[in-house]
Amino acid sequence: MTRDWSRARRDRAERLERARGLADGKWVEAERAPALLEALLRPGDRVCLEGDNQKQADFLARSLARVDPARVHDLHLVQSVVALPEHLELFERGVGRRLDFSFSGPQAVRLAQLAGSGRLEIGAIHTYVELYARYFVDLTPRVALVAAQAADAEGNLYTGPNTEDTPAIVEATAFKDGLVVAQVNERVERLPRVDVPAGWVDYLVRAPAPSTIEPLFTRDPALIGEVQVLMAMMVIRGIYAEYGVQRLNHGIGFDTAAIELLLPTYGEELGLRGKVCRHWALNPHPTLIPAVESGFVESVHSFGSELGMEAYVAARPDVFFTGRDGSLRSNRAFSQLAGHYACDLFIGSTLQMDLEGNSSTATRSRVTGFGGAPNMGCDARGRRHASPAWVRAGREGGGAVMPRGRKLVVQLLETWREHMEPAFVERLDAWELAGAMRMELPPVMIYGDDVTHVVTEEGVANLLLCRTPEERAEAIRGVAGYTPVGRGRSRAAVEALRDRGAIRRPEDLGIDVRRATRDLLAARSVKELVRWSGGLYQPPARFRSW
Amino acid sequence: MEHLAFEMDSREEGGPARPPVLVGAVGSGNLEVLVEPGGGAGRCRVEVHTSAPGFAAVWEAVLRDFAGRHPVAGLSLAVNDGGATPAVVTLRLGQALEEYRRPGR
Repeated sequence: MTRDWSRARRDRAERLERARGLADGKWVEAERAPALLEALLRPGDRVCLEGDNQKQADFLARSLARVDPARVHDLHLVQSVVALPEHLELFERGVGRRLDFSFSGPQAVRLAQLAGSGRLEIGAIHTYVELYARYFVDLTPRVALVAAQAADAEGNLYTGPNTEDTPAIVEATAFKDGLVVAQVNERVERLPRVDVPAGWVDYLVRAPAPSTIEPLFTRDPALIGEVQVLMAMMVIRGIYAEYGVQRLNHGIGFDTAAIELLLPTYGEELGLRGKVCRHWALNPHPTLIPAVESGFVESVHSFGSELGMEAYVAARPDVFFTGRDGSLRSNRAFSQLAGHYACDLFIGSTLQMDLEGNSSTATRSRVTGFGGAPNMGCDARGRRHASPAWVRAGREGGGAVMPRGRKLVVQLLETWREHMEPAFVERLDAWELAGAMRMELPPVMIYGDDVTHVVTEEGVANLLLCRTPEERAEAIRGVAGYTPVGRGRSRAAVEALRDRGAIRRPEDLGIDVRRATRDLLAARSVKELVRWSGGLYQPPARFRSW
Repeated sequence: MEHLAFEMDSREEGGPARPPVLVGAVGSGNLEVLVEPGGGAGRCRVEVHTSAPGFAAVWEAVLRDFAGRHPVAGLSLAVNDGGATPAVVTLRLGQALEEYRRPGR
């Protein structure tokens, strides 16, 4: 008996046949989308319903939530972000059964409830590139439901500034005999550029409303406080200047927004232009505008875009990656690789840290997941090219005879969070969450052995200079302020670490804390960001107060 | 609202009596810090009105260290924390004290 080597191909042909009559060529009317999905899908299918960090295939999500569960059920959803109510409605209705994902943001609480009640099985919670990698190994989608800005008659797709995950999803699906359905905002005669070729796309639906995109990376400078200014001064002076960090990635919080806004003022004063922060893996943060305009920033590759930044980015093609049409070309998979292998530093805020330096944003009632931070916030063990910052960090870390570089991984946290919650703890809440959700491992965002520096309002702890686990713990206590963990410090041990530079206070760095005021920010409001951009930045309505 | 009052030792005098300084800024909730003469020789009096009860020991440690590091003998400090963290309060106290002692104010 001869083996059939093309079962997936024949299955694909059968599904296309079942859907015949629902489409005019590749085009399907919006109201027939649920019928199309019922024709294309089989129970138990693995489906990628494009849910990116920002862009959502929201119309296809709503259509999938409306299919008959008697016909389509027990789907295995594989998608990076679970952001929409419809994503979870699938599981409430029995259309979906299993979920592999990266991040759940606004649906974190409901996701935990559904998983707790047994109606949703979590396969695993991944980081972004980890999930994309599995699309090409053991989680290849049978059907992908994606979102694009526009398509032409043939089915070529234009994704616009928010390309994000689309190329990775479509590539994995289309080249393994899967089916690709795209929702588009508009059908046009001629696309500004082709982001996905028509040959990889099976069906197109014009969505009744443009796909949802959230401005996740806009931080209003008006909400940046003085402690954040102080911590930003310590980072610029004690880490960026010290190591000569030229290539980096920033997290998305107010702490890192403060650093971006201090480059043109404090950074300039320290003579750092051209010496630090030249190349970035970063979304087009509005708070980066003053640093771009002041000549600090030479290049930025982006995971996604940011609402309101379209015209500004298009007007700065020497800095941003843009298509022949002039608009931003983002790509999360490539930008994650850039952040992992080509950046010398990652810096981000966290909510909770233990004495090993492990940090987590998980709390007992929420399953938020990881997103991309762990891919940035870890040493790239496969990296081989040298740079001054990387080599110096490796030397400070010391240990083996063979010299090796090391990525700088910096964690920012105020010692107390709102409502007097200590940020430093003996034991992370992640342990309890793991118990409650029967997870194999506590969900740790950044592992302690990857962290090189911890920055709080009290100072900078350089963990590279600590030689034993006890020293590391004492260095962390030494910047943990008046939290119970911080008050458990040995003053003598902390002073010894300070003498060695393993702990540096603002005064050790030559920083006068009284200068830490909002006056040091290059922009103190969204309106000032607009002014810096020469009117090109057009903030979403919610960020306009004028 | 919890009301706390402490008497701290401070080695250095806060200087001659001057008009009080009240600091409170946008973006920090309604955190207010008041610096004025009072407290007596070698001593500093501190009052804290805090919205998070049960943290007297933390505030005492924060303020004792502050009084130990700054010239606040003979001064009276009042903090209306508005939910602010010790980090913000310490920073603001330092700035208010500098303003209080600014020559020619």
